Amino acid sequence: MDAILLQILNGLDKGSAYALIALGLTLIFGTLGVVNFAHGALFMIGAFCSVTLQKILTLSSETLSATEKDFLGNPLKIKTPYVESWFGPEVGASIIDWAVPLAILFAIPVMLFIGFAMERGLIKHFYKRPHADQILVTFGLAIVLQEVIKYFYGANPIPTPAPSAFVGSFDFGPLLGLDTSLAYPYWRLVYFGFSAMIIGAVFAFLQFTTFGMVVRAGMADRETVGLLGIDIDKRFTFMFGIAAAVAGLAGVMYAPINSPNYHMGMDFLVLSFVVVVVGGMGSLPGAVLAGFMLGILESLASMNEVKAIIPGIDQIIIYVVAIIILLTRPRGLMGRKGVMEE
Amino acid sequence: MSFSNLTRRGLIKTSAVAGAGLALPTYLRADGHSGFTNAPTGDTVTLGFNVPQTGPYAEEGLDELRAQELAVQHLNGEGDGGMMNTFSSKALKGNGILGKKVAFVTGDTQTKSDAARASAKSMIEKDGAVMINGGSSSGVAVAVQGLCQEAGVIFMAGLTHSNDTTGKDRKANGFRHFFNGYMSAAALAPVLKNAYGSDRKAYHLTADYTWGWTQQESIAAATEAMGWETVNNVLTPLASTDFSSYIAPVLNSGADVLVLNHYGGNMVNSLTNAVQFDLLNKEVNGKKFEIVVPLYSELMAAGAGKNVEGVIGSMNWNWQLQDEGSKAFVKSFGEKYGRPPSNSAHTCYVQTLLYADAVEREGTFNPCGVVEALEDFEFDGLGNGPVLYRGDDHQCFKDVLVMKGKENPTNEYDTLEIVEVTPRAQVEYPHDHPMFAGGDLGKCNPGA
Repeated sequence: MDAILLQILNGLDKGSAYALIALGLTLIFGTLGVVNFAHGALFMIGAFCSVTLQKILTLSSETLSATEKDFLGNPLKIKTPYVESWFGPEVGASIIDWAVPLAILFAIPVMLFIGFAMERGLIKHFYKRPHADQILVTFGLAIVLQEVIKYFYGANPIPTPAPSAFVGSFDFGPLLGLDTSLAYPYWRLVYFGFSAMIIGAVFAFLQFTTFGMVVRAGMADRETVGLLGIDIDKRFTFMFGIAAAVAGLAGVMYAPINSPNYHMGMDFLVLSFVVVVVGGMGSLPGAVLAGFMLGILESLASMNEVKAIIPGIDQIIIYVVAIIILLTRPRGLMGRKGVMEE
Repeated sequence: MSFSNLTRRGLIKTSAVAGAGLALPTYLRADGHSGFTNAPTGDTVTLGFNVPQTGPYAEEGLDELRAQELAVQHLNGEGDGGMMNTFSSKALKGNGILGKKVAFVTGDTQTKSDAARASAKSMIEKDGAVMINGGSSSGVAVAVQGLCQEAGVIFMAGLTHSNDTTGKDRKANGFRHFFNGYMSAAALAPVLKNAYGSDRKAYHLTADYTWGWTQQESIAAATEAMGWETVNNVLTPLASTDFSSYIAPVLNSGADVLVLNHYGGNMVNSLTNAVQFDLLNKEVNGKKFEIVVPLYSELMAAGAGKNVEGVIGSMNWNWQLQDEGSKAFVKSFGEKYGRPPSNSAHTCYVQTLLYADAVEREGTFNPCGVVEALEDFEFDGLGNGPVLYRGDDHQCFKDVLVMKGKENPTNEYDTLEIVEVTPRAQVEYPHDHPMFAGGDLGKCNPGA
């Protein structure tokens, strides 16, 4: 029982990353009708916002050690971060320690700008082109973006730790009256909470603001909204920026979970598309539901007891579920009629 | 279908072009004058460096390339000579190889077997490479080794740690300077026993491919022989990025040691995830929980950051070694590139020198001559003490390093410390050991 609870918890955490990326993908598809294969790259750029802020905060002055030597026998260069010189060693070290949460503030304008630039500079030229063209151009863009990141940051993963306050794990076992341990890392719990907050904020924005109402109306019937004299294109461009920011923030907070590398966006891309298709193309609640559902199923399938019955099921479970759902509900869990069916 | 455009003249032209195209590889392969593939005829000889230049191991490939460029410089008499000054064989004079200036071409393996074979083939057939050196994957090494055997050139494998490379997939034209899974396990077991005792329960996570399987088999056998119990072995897909669902059940499994048979990005992520679950601060069966990473590399340790602290693993070579050969190489490499070399860089550098030395000693570029010169060759001065290239399976035997993640690193290169240098005798095994069974070197193939 405790093993199942642990995997459900783990699935919720995995699912929150899938849901956040799929939410952004669906926002873009639902508003602009674009199948954005560069969305995984936006997640990766978000993670590198954490890396970049960490690098900025650890910019250092160098002094030569009188006693210690480097690997060539020369005096060792002792690095002292400028923030420690300016604010004192303790405050400076704390600022560096909190680089990842601080990167949220850094990433929002960066990701909005990248989103606007992508949409205005490239993707808007492909609105009326077939989905195959859109996939090709956005996939090409994803490769370009990851090569740019590789050029500046190298191919090796870069450790980006969570604040030391969140090191360790919380044991749910005693809380649930279990005899055994049910420990789960603090930072992954933070990630789950953060994702829930972002998902809630996006839904609240669409549901409870005039801007959101117009966007929802545009998603349902673009032409009629246009005939009412509303510049829906401008609002959709803004939504592209929001979707980029959502993917970016998912990446920022993911950086301590797995050290960022230039390829991490591609690792999530295919899974996220499966999530979108299972949830139903264009359905925001569907994307979130499918994200969490597939995350939990993937975690449960990796249990030794399950793998003992069906070896290798952990590698294919998501695709098996996708096939079953598409056979029984061709529009996905919450897909609407008419979306991608013309 | 219509044949209205087909003319007699067109047919002859097409046939001539097709015939020439088909004959070209044969022409390139068969050097009738010398009797072996790509016999150098001018005043240069071309070596092929096949390393990952793109993909997840690009950083490691770049370091291999740096080392190989340095080796070429030293062979051509440029720079300080590096390990040529400490090498026990004195056949190399710094005037190229057999008086021919050394040139090189590079290929990108992409850490994919098919891409690696294609780039090696291109270097052999188009660029006239007389040997292929490097790479960072056992799958790639086995694939390229097979190709070189067919093409009739020497293959010096790079970072390949699977038992299979010089076991069931061994080839007469291939040699491996790097150690293997069995040797890692043989070096690690006594150190693990001293550090953690002989009454331990180990839970293995293993990358689901050739290297992972042989590494797990080796370390499980070695630790069981000293009294450890293997509680479970879970195969993880190579494409996995998040290992949390595999690590979550470990604490309640009764195990008090987690063995991560992972390398590269898998190792960085699984170790990071294990540390997130706070395993290293837990107590199970009245003992402190421990993590073991059988194969370390400096670049991956840097990727895992503070998570490697206190974690034991093994390495082929490390820049902190204090023998004269290692010091000469570190100085040479460090002054040129401003960083210490990785163990894959060391392997590729040494293999380039060893190939050149074998050619000089034998007086020919003929791969069968090189094979003869390298088989059962014993030498010193290239790091890790006295070394043997065993003729039976073309596996190199030398001291193996047991490493531990450093508690307080002073810089980005200072992530690991040497715990023990395990003597060569302790990691040797008979060439027909069951873990290496099923292979046959076959006969050396000169190509033409």
